[in-house]
Amino acid sequence: MKVFINGIGNISPQETWDNSKFLEEVISSDDNRLLCVEPVYKEYISPIKLRRMSKIIKRGIASALIALKDANVENPGAIITGTGWGCWADTEKFLLAMIDQGEEQLAPTAFMQSTHNTVSGQIAITIKCHNYNSTYVHRGVSFERSLQDGMMLCVEGNTNVLVGGFDECTDNFFAMLGRVGSWKKNPISSLELFNDNQQGTIGGEASIAFIIDSNKGENSYASIDAMTTFYKPESNYAVTQKVLSFLKSNGLSVSDIDVIVTGNNGDSLSDEVYNLVLQEFPEAAHTGFKHLCGQFDTSTAFGTWLAAKMLKTQSIPSVVKLNDVNKAPSKVLVVNHQNKENYSLQILSKC
Amino acid sequence: MSTRVFVTGLGTISSIGNNVEESYQSLVNSKKGIASMTRLESKHKRNRPIAEVNLTNEELANFANVKTLEGCSRTSLLGIVAAREAAVDAGISNELNSERIGLISATTVGGMGETELHYRDFIDENGQGTHLDYINSHDCGESTQRIADELGMKGYQNTINTACSSSANAILLGSRLIKHGILDKVIVGGTDALCKFTVNGFNTLMILSDKDTTPFSAHRKGLNLGEGAGFVVIESEESAKGKKIYSEVTGYANGCEAFHQTASSPEGDGAFQVMTEALAVAGLQPTDIDYINAHGTATEINDLSEGRAIQRVFGDNVPKVSSTKSYTGHTLGASGGIEAVYSNLAIDRKTIFPNLSFEEQMPELGFKPQIEVVQDVEVANVLSNAFGFGGNNSAVIFSKV
Repeated sequence: MKVFINGIGNISPQETWDNSKFLEEVISSDDNRLLCVEPVYKEYISPIKLRRMSKIIKRGIASALIALKDANVENPGAIITGTGWGCWADTEKFLLAMIDQGEEQLAPTAFMQSTHNTVSGQIAITIKCHNYNSTYVHRGVSFERSLQDGMMLCVEGNTNVLVGGFDECTDNFFAMLGRVGSWKKNPISSLELFNDNQQGTIGGEASIAFIIDSNKGENSYASIDAMTTFYKPESNYAVTQKVLSFLKSNGLSVSDIDVIVTGNNGDSLSDEVYNLVLQEFPEAAHTGFKHLCGQFDTSTAFGTWLAAKMLKTQSIPSVVKLNDVNKAPSKVLVVNHQNKENYSLQILSKC
Repeated sequence: MSTRVFVTGLGTISSIGNNVEESYQSLVNSKKGIASMTRLESKHKRNRPIAEVNLTNEELANFANVKTLEGCSRTSLLGIVAAREAAVDAGISNELNSERIGLISATTVGGMGETELHYRDFIDENGQGTHLDYINSHDCGESTQRIADELGMKGYQNTINTACSSSANAILLGSRLIKHGILDKVIVGGTDALCKFTVNGFNTLMILSDKDTTPFSAHRKGLNLGEGAGFVVIESEESAKGKKIYSEVTGYANGCEAFHQTASSPEGDGAFQVMTEALAVAGLQPTDIDYINAHGTATEINDLSEGRAIQRVFGDNVPKVSSTKSYTGHTLGASGGIEAVYSNLAIDRKTIFPNLSFEEQMPELGFKPQIEVVQDVEVANVLSNAFGFGGNNSAVIFSKV
C-alpha cells in the first residue's frame, strides 16, 4: 500500500504553513497550550466567505490549498479528513446560545457549520471537487483512519488523494478537558514538556493536509510504506512487541530505522510506553514533537509531517531531538498513542 | 482481494421497534413512531413531533445488558443494542475479539444529549458531580469505543461523521476493507440519540415539520427528528460460507455535490452522480432496481432534488420508492444503518414498505411514492440513498443472492 507524500499544508502553532521553512525558529508558550500561528487567509479565501467562517474552517481550507499547490494538483481524487472534536468553536457557539437563551432566537450558521464534515465539505466547495469525500472522527486515530482510507483509494487506482487531520483548542475546550485531568496543573514552558514530572500534558491544535499518490511527484517528500493501528494492548510490553512485529512484517529490523518519532507528551504514564519502545532502538535518533504542537486527537499528523520533512531535507532539527544520535534519515518510524487506548505506527522512507 | 461482500446479520432499534422483528411488524402494519415529545425536555415540545425510543437510559442499559452505565451516552446505549443484535443474528458473538472483525459506527451527535444538560458545569471550574464523566464521552469516537468494549471487540474500529450520510458511508468503507482483505467481517451502521441541540439546529433551518412528516408530498413541511441505531454485519465470501445471507452489497458510491453547505442542488446533481455510480459498480441497469429506499427527508429542497435525480436516472420507469423516515423520523447518523436493515428486510421478507402520510403528488415529479405495503413480491435489488450536510451524498445497492 506504499504511497508518496507529494504535497503538504500544515497550519500549526509553529510557522509550518510556509513549506520553505523547517523549524528554524521555534514558538513556545507558557500557559500549557499551543495555539496556531495563522497565515494570511485572504490569500486563500475570498473576504466575503471568510467573515462567516470559524478559525478551523479557514485553517482547513487554507491547509488543503497549500498542500494542493505544493503538489501542483488542482483537483484531488478524494478529500478525507480526520478530527476528534470537529468544529468545536461553532458547536459550542450554538450550544451555549441554546442553553443561555432558553432555546430561543437562535441563528442557524453555527449549527450548519458544527458538523464534523464541514471542513471536508468546504474544501470541496472551494475547489469544486465532486469526488469521494469523507470524515473520520475516531478519537486518537482520526487522522490515521483518513490516511488509511486514502492509501486504500490509491490501491484502487485513485490519484492525488487529500488526507488530513484538524482539531481546535478553544478556551472552553481547554477548560473542559482540564476538568478531567488532561493538562498539567501548574503552567510550564512548552519547551520544557519533556522535563516536567507533573501528570497531564499541554493542549494544542493544528490543521494538516497531505496529498498522497501511488506515484512519486516532482516535489515528493517521502513515501509512507506501511501503517497500522491497534487498540488497548494488554501491557506496555505488548506495545513493544507490536512495534517489532510490525517492522518484521514489513521486512525490516530495528537497525533499519534511522530515526524514530514518538508522541511523548510529558505525561509520565503516557510516556513510559514510548520510553520502552525507544529502548529497542538505541542506535536510532529519537525525536519528539508535542512540545511544538501540543496534544490533540489528530496530533499524529504533526508527527507524520515531521518525519516527511526530515526525510526530504535530510536533516533533524535540534529542537526535536530526544537523544544525541545524529543520522541522515532514510527510514523513519512514527509511533503515537492516545491515553494508551488507540495506537498507531507508520514507516516512512526517503524517496 | 475478496470480490464479494455479503450481509449476514441485522440489528436495529428505533421508535418503531426495539429489535428487527418488532420493526418489521411496524413496517408492514403501517405503524409509525412519530408522536409528541415525552422524554426530551425541550421548549419545542408542543409543536415539533419527534420519533423517540420509548425506553429510559436505565431500561436501555438493562435491555442491552450493559455493564457500566457511568458516563454512558444514550447514543452508545442505542448502538450497543443494535450492534449486539446484528452480531447475534450473524452468529459471530463468540468470535468478536478477533482482529479480523471490525466495527464502523456512524454518529453525528455522540454524547451531545448529555453534554447539553451539563455544558455550563463542564466549563465552570466550580462545577462538580459525577456528570463530569460525560466530558470524556462527548466525542463521537467514544460511542464506538464503548460499543466495541461492551461487545468485547479488539480489532479495527472507526467512527464516521459525514452528517446524514454517515452510516451509508460506514457500509461503503466496511465493504472496501473486506475487499482489500484487511478484515473478514465488519459490523457497520450508526447510532444517534435525540437531543435539544439537533432539534434546535434543524428548527433554526426551518425544516422541522409541525405535524407528521409527509415525504414526497407537494405541501411537505419538513422532517421529524428521530433516534435509533441500525447495524448490519457484512462478511467476505469465504467468511459467509454456509451462513444465512440476506443480500450482497453489490454497489456503492460516495461523492460531494460541492454546491452548498446544507442545501442540495435543485436538479439533484449529487444524488444523480452517486446513484449512477453505484449502479455502475454493481453492474446493474436502472431497470434492475425493484425498490428505492429514498433519503426522503420531506424538506422542500431534498425531495425535489432527490426526486428529480431519480427521474434522471430511471426515466419513465421509476421503481417503487418510499421514505421510511415517515415511520422513524430522520435518525441522522443512524438513518443509513436503519434503512440498510429495512432494505435487507425488503429482500429477505419479499416486502416493499410504504411511504406513510403521503398527501398530494409533487407537481415537479412524474411519479408518486409507494403508499401501500406490497408483500410476496420478488425484490432482487434495492437502492438506498443517504445525503448529508457538506453536500455529502451516498448510495448503496443490496442484491438478492
